[in-house]
Amino acid sequence: MTARTEDLLRELAPRVLGALARRYGEFDACEDAVQEALIAASQQWPAAGVPDNPRAWLSTVATRRLVDHVRGEVARRRREATAAALAGAPVVPGVASEQVPEADDTLTLLFMCCHPSLTPASQVALTLRALGGLPTAQVAAAFLVPEATMAPRISRAKQRIKQAGATFDLPPKSEWHGRLQVVRHVLYLIFNEGYTASSGADLQRPDLVAEAIRLTRSLHRILPDDGEVAGLLALMLLTDARRPARTGSDGMLVPLAEQDRTRWSADAAAEGMELITRTMAACPPGPYQVQAAIAAVHMEAAGAAETDWPQIAALYRILEGMSPNPMVTLNRAVAVAMTDGPRAGLDLLDTLGADERMARHHRLPAVRAHLLEMAGDTAAAREAYRLAAKRTASLPEQRYLTERARRLT
Amino acid sequence: MKFLLLLHNNPAVLNALTDDQRTAIMNGHGDFIKTIQESGELIVTQALADPANSAVVRVRDGVPAVTDGPYLEAKEFLGGYYLVECADRDRALELAAMIPDAAVDGLGVEVRPVMFSSGMEM
Repeated sequence: MTARTEDLLRELAPRVLGALARRYGEFDACEDAVQEALIAASQQWPAAGVPDNPRAWLSTVATRRLVDHVRGEVARRRREATAAALAGAPVVPGVASEQVPEADDTLTLLFMCCHPSLTPASQVALTLRALGGLPTAQVAAAFLVPEATMAPRISRAKQRIKQAGATFDLPPKSEWHGRLQVVRHVLYLIFNEGYTASSGADLQRPDLVAEAIRLTRSLHRILPDDGEVAGLLALMLLTDARRPARTGSDGMLVPLAEQDRTRWSADAAAEGMELITRTMAACPPGPYQVQAAIAAVHMEAAGAAETDWPQIAALYRILEGMSPNPMVTLNRAVAVAMTDGPRAGLDLLDTLGADERMARHHRLPAVRAHLLEMAGDTAAAREAYRLAAKRTASLPEQRYLTERARRLT
Repeated sequence: MKFLLLLHNNPAVLNALTDDQRTAIMNGHGDFIKTIQESGELIVTQALADPANSAVVRVRDGVPAVTDGPYLEAKEFLGGYYLVECADRDRALELAAMIPDAAVDGLGVEVRPVMFSSGMEM
């Protein structure tokens, strides 16, 4: 299948699913039917050519699958009424389905897939399948698990949504604030999964970074006044702009301070900068906007030494106030060390020692090692790098930390 | 996160079990497999043959030498494993506690994180 056809299917998948689910309810069955239609399209279109109206084609096939499915169900459960209604239903999208704006369908789908009754892993998997149009095998590949592990997760997630009594409608506006928080978090998880995996051995994984940006972009189009959606999109663009420089030719992770900034993507950087500047001027602030602002300060600097560290330290302090979290304090310690010297940063780290969330985490000794190295305490830095290397479960991080320890001997 | 749940066996402990206990353990594994298959947490599980069937291969100066028997001379040996993917370490510990071997006197299930190839820039 060509990349263009793949893009087309991804673009159409949520629209077809939205129209189908709105018309017939039964999100669970509709989602399966659309998946089957997408698979049929990916098998038939390359040989037969893309139909004149690809959306109608997909709707027709998906509706037929749904009718087949419901008939089978009815035979078992004797629900004649539903069958009668469905059997007489037209198989192409009619006037009624066009009355609700597509934007609402996409939003309803996002709220549905990011339903609060699901675990984050299930929310991510379902979002990729229902909104990204990714088949289960590809969702599984994205998380490096077999299809047999992913498939029951997705069907359980759909069952759980059903049990929670969710219908295919937009939740009342009063719930949007909380529900959107979950949606943004899911999109951020998808982005991070892709971003951290963008080195070395996992190149065959689907590009989750592009998918996360695409989905966040469409959410931003639907809700242009939501400052945190805009902030999230800017954060993704500004972080992704560093991607070409974050791994060396040997596949080693390159720390931000040592990255070749000429390799940063200028287009993504410019778009992210413009977006975050505009958003912060117009919207009430939020954690994603602040994180994007931090990424923007890095982006503006010609190098680590030229970076506006007091500004970054101040932004991390604001972020701590919004969402207290030891990882934020850890990052602030680095900025404080750059502004007031390594000892000040180390003092701040000492306040985290008692935090249970950090007890087994490798980031704490990794940052401590870095600051000890800055302070010239080579022996202690080496020990801290070794401890961090022992604690991380990430192979490239372990390589990086072991290498830092070795350099100090 | 992926975890390997390692089932360490001790022949002295296993031999002391009654037939009923042995059957209960077998059935317990069946139930456990079903549970984590349905929850989408099982990646793969294998039982391993007795280490008496093992061979150790060492290549010295390009010449392989094969010796029969296990690598480690110990009372305990690896009897099998579950590779699972679950939300976090707490859930992995919870899964380990569901394995019947964990409840047998003298045995325990080891939970070890599996390394992954993604990483954060530092």
